[in-house]
Amino acid sequence: MRLVILEDYDLASEWAAKYIRNRIVQARPSADRYFTLGLPTGSTPLGCYKKLIEYYKNGDISFKYVKTFNMDEYVGLPRDHPESYHSYMWNNFFKHIDINPANAHILDGNAADLQKECDTFEQKIADAGGIDLFVGGIGPDGHIAFNEPGSSLVSRTRVKTLAQDTILANARFFGNDLSKVPTMTLTVGVGTVMDAREVMILITGAHKAFALYKAIEEGVNHMWTVSAFQQHPRTIFVCDEDATLELRVKTVKYFKGLMHVHNKLVDPMHSVKDYKD
Amino acid sequence: MPSNKSVSDAPITQFINCRILRDHRLQRDDLWVREGKILNPEKLFFDEEGFADLQVDCGDGILAPGFIDVQINGGYGVDFSQAADDISGGMALVAKKILEHGVTSFCPTLVTSPPHIYHKVRATDRVLVSVQVLPQVSVDDGGPGGAGVLGVHLEGPFISREKRGAHPERYLCSLAGGGLKDLLEVYGSLDNVAIVTLAPEIPGSLEVVRQLKERGITVSLGHSVADLSQAEQAVQHGATFITHLFNAMLPFHHRDPGIVGLLTSDQVPENRTIFYGMIADGIHTNPAALRIAHRAHPAGLVLVTDAITAMGLPPGRHTLGQQDIEIEGLHAYVAGTKTLSGSIATMDMCVRHFQQASGCSLEAALEAASLHPAQLLGISHRKGTLNYGTDADFVLLDDELSVRATYIAGHQVWRK
Repeated sequence: MRLVILEDYDLASEWAAKYIRNRIVQARPSADRYFTLGLPTGSTPLGCYKKLIEYYKNGDISFKYVKTFNMDEYVGLPRDHPESYHSYMWNNFFKHIDINPANAHILDGNAADLQKECDTFEQKIADAGGIDLFVGGIGPDGHIAFNEPGSSLVSRTRVKTLAQDTILANARFFGNDLSKVPTMTLTVGVGTVMDAREVMILITGAHKAFALYKAIEEGVNHMWTVSAFQQHPRTIFVCDEDATLELRVKTVKYFKGLMHVHNKLVDPMHSVKDYKD
Repeated sequence: MPSNKSVSDAPITQFINCRILRDHRLQRDDLWVREGKILNPEKLFFDEEGFADLQVDCGDGILAPGFIDVQINGGYGVDFSQAADDISGGMALVAKKILEHGVTSFCPTLVTSPPHIYHKVRATDRVLVSVQVLPQVSVDDGGPGGAGVLGVHLEGPFISREKRGAHPERYLCSLAGGGLKDLLEVYGSLDNVAIVTLAPEIPGSLEVVRQLKERGITVSLGHSVADLSQAEQAVQHGATFITHLFNAMLPFHHRDPGIVGLLTSDQVPENRTIFYGMIADGIHTNPAALRIAHRAHPAGLVLVTDAITAMGLPPGRHTLGQQDIEIEGLHAYVAGTKTLSGSIATMDMCVRHFQQASGCSLEAALEAASLHPAQLLGISHRKGTLNYGTDADFVLLDDELSVRATYIAGHQVWRK
């Protein structure tokens, strides 16, 4: 496991974006060989998306041969609702880049047969050859995607009922009206993310500090589903200083001491311009 | 192969690198157009998995809805009210030239005239239709040939003798013959009429207001000596517009504010906005008066040019009909005098002047020339906004609000 600690949110976002950029550019994706990316929503990855858009606008990266799979979507929320994850992805990422709409996959929370929709999603991931890099965020209770505490650590894409904590936390996005907050979602399982060849988890802010502690300093526990990634061979946690507040000094010092190694992953930055023949 | 053929295989254009006037503010976003309408790109992306065939770089300009001029009497030597043999050609000329000013649709305005003029115009309207029909753009919506015609604005002859202004006195009419019947006698027909300006103090006018409203025709109050209560009654019967506020009406008085008082009247039915035309050329309305009106009732301000024959002509002396006119800068004088012969303002000038004089936002200035006239005419579901599904009539401007290019139905119809 790698733990990358940056000074603040902006630097953590930038580091994550640089990493994604390097991975995509170095994979040299083409019509025969797409790069597959798993993507999160929420406030944490916003800064990272902004940076990726900037790289795209500068001509350093292209998403023409990238396939994306989003982690989750609410059930029963109209797709064009401003809080739907379709709207989020469109407004914060897809509309700004050159991805082919046919390659952008988001679960349909309004599908007639929800479980079938989930099974199809898994199949599409398999057809794409699996996910090269799954980017995720976590909730304060350590949930990854909508795998609430208690979710099976080998779960697959499925319908999930939200925990009361999550519903209450989400009320602020729905005019503080609890009756309007969706109570069910479609979400990839912990096992789905575990299957990715590489996983990057973004954790920023003091309110996520306890979750980060549970994720890396305690044992694997289905009450903190993100802890499952201790058993993934290639996982990077990218966090800011605030998120380390609950960690032991020893842990923080150890990983900070490794920063010169980790920084080699993003420095130098690669660009598609380097590969133009 | 960009869009999903099952929905449409028409090409899609994406206007990029621009700020779009939408929801009353300038937003950094792209504008997508297909088949002459503004497209919702999110639906295109998720439903059709489609993308743009063509990208147009707007050079960081502003995209605003095309301007709508609901009061224009002519220009470039053409007077819509003169029964010239080739008035359809004249109207087409003006329609084409005002594309330069960002105007994408307009209401050709006829001042008080004898009945044979109205009939003539109506006949030539049809000629205009047959001349301008293009394969993909209907004449009503305009196109490369010129701005669209939304319908005629008939200003008079049912107006006040005292406030007739430049309207010829001998052709003024009463409504003694039974209201709508008088209108039909004078105008011939009410097809293709968008606005009628009348004076509400004329006996029988209230019934006419109601009947015009029922036919979907906008009634405007103007050239009138009406007091406020008469004006309010007309509004309660369906009038929604005031023709060139302050001009050709009783001056504001604190014990009887007259038609001007409608701007702050509490007798206006709920959910109804009173709109008022404003000639913001810096000459016909003092900037202080403009500010008074704007601050009292910003949502109702509609910029109009009220332009006359001389609009668009170069400086110097011109013979127009029976009159010699001397054009100096923004003024058109009766030759040899300092008497103003009418407005020669262009719509883009009015937008700029209004913004500077009122100190309002760019957004508000642009909406006064687009959204508000569309709301006035009840067509804001298809014109006057850049909302999804509306006509792709828009204007590309720089930050000084100078027009760089004009588009109708998504096609560039003029460019600097």
